[in-house]
Amino acid sequence: MANEKRKNQTKVMQDYYQLEKKNETKPPVIKNCVKAFIVGGIICSIGQAIQWIYIYFFNFTEQTAGNPTVATMIFLSMLLTGFGVYDRIAQFGGAGSAVPVTGFGNAVISAAIEHRTEGFVLGVGGNMFKLAGSVILFGTFSAFVVALIRTILVKWGGF
Amino acid sequence: MLKGHRTWVFANRPVIISTATVGGPFEANGRLSEDFDLLHEDLWLGEDSYEKAHKVLLEEAFFKAMEKANIEKEMVDFIICGDLVNQITPSSFAARTLGNPFLGIFGACSTSMEGLALSAFIINYGGAKFLLTGASSHNAAIEKQFRYPTEYGGQKPPTAQWTVTGAGVALLSNEGKGPYVTSATIGRVVDLGMSDPFNMGGAMAPAAVDTIEAHFRDLNIDSSYYDLIVTGDLGKIGRKIALDLFAKNGTGMDESKFQDCGLMIYREGQPVLSGASGAGCSAVVVYGHLLNRMKKGEFRRILAVATGALLSPLSYQQKETIPCIAHAVSIEFRG
Repeated sequence: MANEKRKNQTKVMQDYYQLEKKNETKPPVIKNCVKAFIVGGIICSIGQAIQWIYIYFFNFTEQTAGNPTVATMIFLSMLLTGFGVYDRIAQFGGAGSAVPVTGFGNAVISAAIEHRTEGFVLGVGGNMFKLAGSVILFGTFSAFVVALIRTILVKWGGF
Repeated sequence: MLKGHRTWVFANRPVIISTATVGGPFEANGRLSEDFDLLHEDLWLGEDSYEKAHKVLLEEAFFKAMEKANIEKEMVDFIICGDLVNQITPSSFAARTLGNPFLGIFGACSTSMEGLALSAFIINYGGAKFLLTGASSHNAAIEKQFRYPTEYGGQKPPTAQWTVTGAGVALLSNEGKGPYVTSATIGRVVDLGMSDPFNMGGAMAPAAVDTIEAHFRDLNIDSSYYDLIVTGDLGKIGRKIALDLFAKNGTGMDESKFQDCGLMIYREGQPVLSGASGAGCSAVVVYGHLLNRMKKGEFRRILAVATGALLSPLSYQQKETIPCIAHAVSIEFRG
């Protein structure tokens, strides 16, 4: 896609693109992957610990402990976002802090904080999901498509 | 007087009789904290929104500049300024506070020198006796405008830059003491097809090179004429590219003389990645740090080239490339 777009560009643009790429600092991909693995791993371990706490100290089973665990993790991520810590963890951890459910919580609450000055209705209400909205939309839609395929296979395939 | 294709030479020597710079907490920790007239500990500046804080930055800089020159508000004929917020509201609102005739301009991060060039032109031809010009940006307000929420955890690439919280203002007059503006070269919009909004330096470098080379051509001078050639906010990457472009075009450029405001303002270790940016960046560094050094006699002639990326969040989402511009203003001082 990107290369196709470049084909229509003039020679000057293409030459400049090469020159620019030569000077550009590349993101350290392997280092970032390792950091993401560690940070993501730590977040998930905390989640696991919380799940065990719900199972051992409260009346939850492995099946029912999921929901309160997710809620707790989101709550923690919202606190960290509010205190201005989560974006620093994210600059270090990258995908490691963006992919778990805490990243979702951060996307929602950071937008809510940002637009607090425009009031509760038009500001917080209207902008809270401006980043997380697509996650909800496409998450729900892909779940629907997967469920549809499964239903068709089960009904017609007789599995 | 127009010389060459796009350079104005100011024979009547518009003088920068005073300047004022105001910065935020991040700038107070930076390398140039001593060159600010006012520094704030809190990004909110006691206001209830970042946009209002942005306006206050500019207002304070205006009042400080007038106070330093001992000029009453009523004596100022015009205000020319701009910023990066939609419809440049902080500038217009600050001009509302002052109540003087006002021209709002937008040149993204090149606004500071666009304003200085226009102001010098007006002063030079007797259009005003006293004139205020400036540019400002506020980290949180501008990030909100162009990027993600400030607390959003998105990893920024090493090419990204940090928006300066600050306002820099200059008070110009047709007479008085101080550094004077000798010429200005107006930039054209240059777009070499870069489209990454997290790599402004890479997009803006060709515009800076285009304007600097036009300036040399129009005035028939080379880089040895200046003690310092300083770009607005190219950052580490943009500066390297610009030097490469000069070498490629055969324009002689002394590497030690070619500096960037975006690389001066912060200290090593501040998390700014490729450097600083924002309309306030070139304004506070040129009007604060560089003019102070000029007055100490370190430089006699500088060429300030403010660079701007003329994109909007909308144009980026619609997959447009980033058009860029740079305006150059030559400032001289004899002690």
